[in-house]
Amino acid sequence: MQYLLMIYQNEAEYAKIDTGTSQKMSAEYEAFTQSIVRNGNFKAGDRLRPTTTATTVRVRDGKTLTTDGPFAETREQLGGYYLIEAKDLNAAIEIAARIPSARIGSIEVRPIWVYDK
Amino acid sequence: MTPTDIDKVFRDEAGRALATLIRLVGDFDLAEDALQDAFAVALERWSVCELPGNPRAWLVNVARNKAIDRVRRQAAFRGKQQALLHELELNAQAPAEPPAMLDDDMLRLIFTCCHPAFASEVQVALTLRTVCGLSTAQVARAFLVSEDAMGQRLVRAKQKIRLAGIPYEVPEPDALAPRLDGVLAVIYLVFTEGYVATSGADLMRPDLAAEAIRLARLLDRLMPDRAAIKGLLALMLLHDARRAGRETAAGDIVLLEEQDRSLWDRAQIEEGSRLVDDALRVPGRPQPYVVQAAIAALHARAPSYGQTDWPQIAGLYEVLVRINPSPVIELNHAAAISMVDGPARALDLVDATAARGGLDGYELLPAVRADLLRRLGRKQEARDAYAAATAATQLEPLRRLYARRVREMGD
Repeated sequence: MQYLLMIYQNEAEYAKIDTGTSQKMSAEYEAFTQSIVRNGNFKAGDRLRPTTTATTVRVRDGKTLTTDGPFAETREQLGGYYLIEAKDLNAAIEIAARIPSARIGSIEVRPIWVYDK
Repeated sequence: MTPTDIDKVFRDEAGRALATLIRLVGDFDLAEDALQDAFAVALERWSVCELPGNPRAWLVNVARNKAIDRVRRQAAFRGKQQALLHELELNAQAPAEPPAMLDDDMLRLIFTCCHPAFASEVQVALTLRTVCGLSTAQVARAFLVSEDAMGQRLVRAKQKIRLAGIPYEVPEPDALAPRLDGVLAVIYLVFTEGYVATSGADLMRPDLAAEAIRLARLLDRLMPDRAAIKGLLALMLLHDARRAGRETAAGDIVLLEEQDRSLWDRAQIEEGSRLVDDALRVPGRPQPYVVQAAIAALHARAPSYGQTDWPQIAGLYEVLVRINPSPVIELNHAAAISMVDGPARALDLVDATAARGGLDGYELLPAVRADLLRRLGRKQEARDAYAAATAATQLEPLRRLYARRVREMGD
């Protein structure tokens, strides 16, 4: 099955961490990504720019409306994602728990909707 | 056989038959529907013929064929269903499976219903519905929600099993311990729900305490020599054995010190005590349920409140404070200390724990303080504490008890 692992954490706090911690975190992400690539679980994954760069789009009555900022104001923000292939939810949870941000933020695990052909 | 007899056989076998069917057909809903079909056939056939030698195997067999029919009947044949059909037909011809495989099916079902991806009330509802075989209406009554709402909750849970890919399996050895803790927590929740709510006016409410004990017995048989399982089973048996003594006909709480011990179920106390001994013999770190059960056994076997082995109980609570600290354990520890070293020492302990913030927001704190102050003869402070205790609880019987205590103190 395929799962999207969505990485939520508090951007404002994460922006405040010192360079050393930030470098360590990057190295951990690098190692984690390499490990799931090696195990064949990795399909895609990216880090996102902060929500200050977000634009939210809606179309109402044929008109496109845009607002500055994320869809919802929450304590933790979507900061990145991995798309993975995993045997079942247990395997997906096990991988999600190894994402470095799981220790400071939260990872939402969602199965990908597969359409029958 | 009468329909009532058949219903009883079905109730006894349904959980395990369903567990095997889910593995065979790979889908909760299909398995449930097919088992329902098989039950209809059983009602018809068993009322005129004899009960088959192995009713569970018979039910699984008939239900499997019903499942094949159901998949066949579905108009739009898709690749996946073709494959399922093929597999079903293949294993329908296979020889009977060994009993160990069937035991594993039951464990698979239990671990799936108690998967940590479900909220704990969903775990409890799924377990009662599928493992215990209660009807949706009964589960709804247990939760005091409408049947529709419970039906919805169960449908969503079963959907999540399928769509989120929750595996139908017993966890791997390295993941087993925490998952087993989760299962035991569900069983204990079922039990405490039944234990607290037995005074409810709803006579149709299922006996949840009995269901929890049945579940723990089953688990103990499927996974022998696990101290935590034996401990939980013992704890529930010992608590439940005192059920008849803990409440008056009018629904008032009878405190342990005032209970008529001749009302307690001696056979059940003996069984619980034997299980505690068995659990203590299993090597490994002390398990919280076992220590709690050991305390319950000391209470249950004491000839009277005064002749209870308080020093040993206080010692066991000390162990619990270390391995599984919680406000309720801290307060119980203090209560035991009050019987060994007196209420003054216990009050110091409670106040010291409260000062550390260990009892913040815990509603029984004023009640425990009130009791200790009353015993110390500090009437005004005790009265204030009982007033605070009354304000802190929603339970009518507890409020009546505190009012009685204040009356008994006089002026």
